[in-house]
Amino acid sequence: MRIELNGSQCEISAATLAEALVELGYGAAALATALNGAFIAATARPTTPLHDGDRVEVLTPMQGG
Amino acid sequence: MRLYDIDVQSRLLLGTAQYPSPQVLTKAIAASGCDIITVSLRREAARGATAGNGFWSLLQASGARLLPNTAGCHSAREAITTAQMAREVFGTNWIKLEVIGHADTLQPDPFALVEAAQILCADGFQVFPYTTEDLIVAERLLDAGCKVLMPWGAPIGSGQGLRHAEALASMRRYFPQVPLIIDAGLGAPSQAARAMEMGFDAVLLNTAVAKAGDPVAMARAFGQAVEAGRIAYEAGLMPPRNMAVPSTPVLGMADLNLGGRA
Repeated sequence: MRIELNGSQCEISAATLAEALVELGYGAAALATALNGAFIAATARPTTPLHDGDRVEVLTPMQGG
Repeated sequence: MRLYDIDVQSRLLLGTAQYPSPQVLTKAIAASGCDIITVSLRREAARGATAGNGFWSLLQASGARLLPNTAGCHSAREAITTAQMAREVFGTNWIKLEVIGHADTLQPDPFALVEAAQILCADGFQVFPYTTEDLIVAERLLDAGCKVLMPWGAPIGSGQGLRHAEALASMRRYFPQVPLIIDAGLGAPSQAARAMEMGFDAVLLNTAVAKAGDPVAMARAFGQAVEAGRIAYEAGLMPPRNMAVPSTPVLGMADLNLGGRA
């Protein structure tokens, strides 16, 4: 299926958000996720299904003021 | 100084962005003596997600308490989602709430700010709202559950100092019991010292240190200025006078006029 990952189109076969992160190579990085603008907690990723056209945001710690 | 349920020693809060290198950032944090640093969240590219994690390791090694921000958010909804994501990644209920209303001035959107603050406070966040010196907005933020307010000194990154000093002084007098942190716009240690002399509880800055010729030395300068300003405030500043008043006693002065009494 085709999703939008951090603003870019992306083809994945994973069915859930947790599987998608593994497939996309995020590994064990400290990160937070949102799906279609809503926060998805780490514990909810395995039970969060993905659908064609979903917008996924994956954020990690960054410098800030 | 007590911010929510935490006692904090240093009254300088330091941003972590725009430093020449991670090493300079680490040294600047140490040189400033700050206990709290601000951090953010950004998109991470898939495959080899390491940049953010290198920074994460640096943060943990610094020993500083983290204050995540919602920088770049232009709506309450965006800010709320960002805050929820930050809470999970950084493991803290603290959130520096920024909802930007204007692209040129980076002025807070007071309506969206209050709306987001209400929702986040109700959700257990301890909100540090980046706001203006507007007293009514401040009241609404306190009503929403904020226990700290962060009025701007001047637009973010502008280095203009306290642009509306009289209004800020009014805010300080109007909310004597609320921790008030001057956030943004400070360009020089003297400006930070002035804010502290006015009785503000702390200052938060980033660009003035990160973009200095020597960020580590500037971090130290700000640390000392903040401390000096606070001591001066506690010591009690003399009131200004319109005319000169001799500082050396005039009583008992010799009569040294030539040719007798004047």
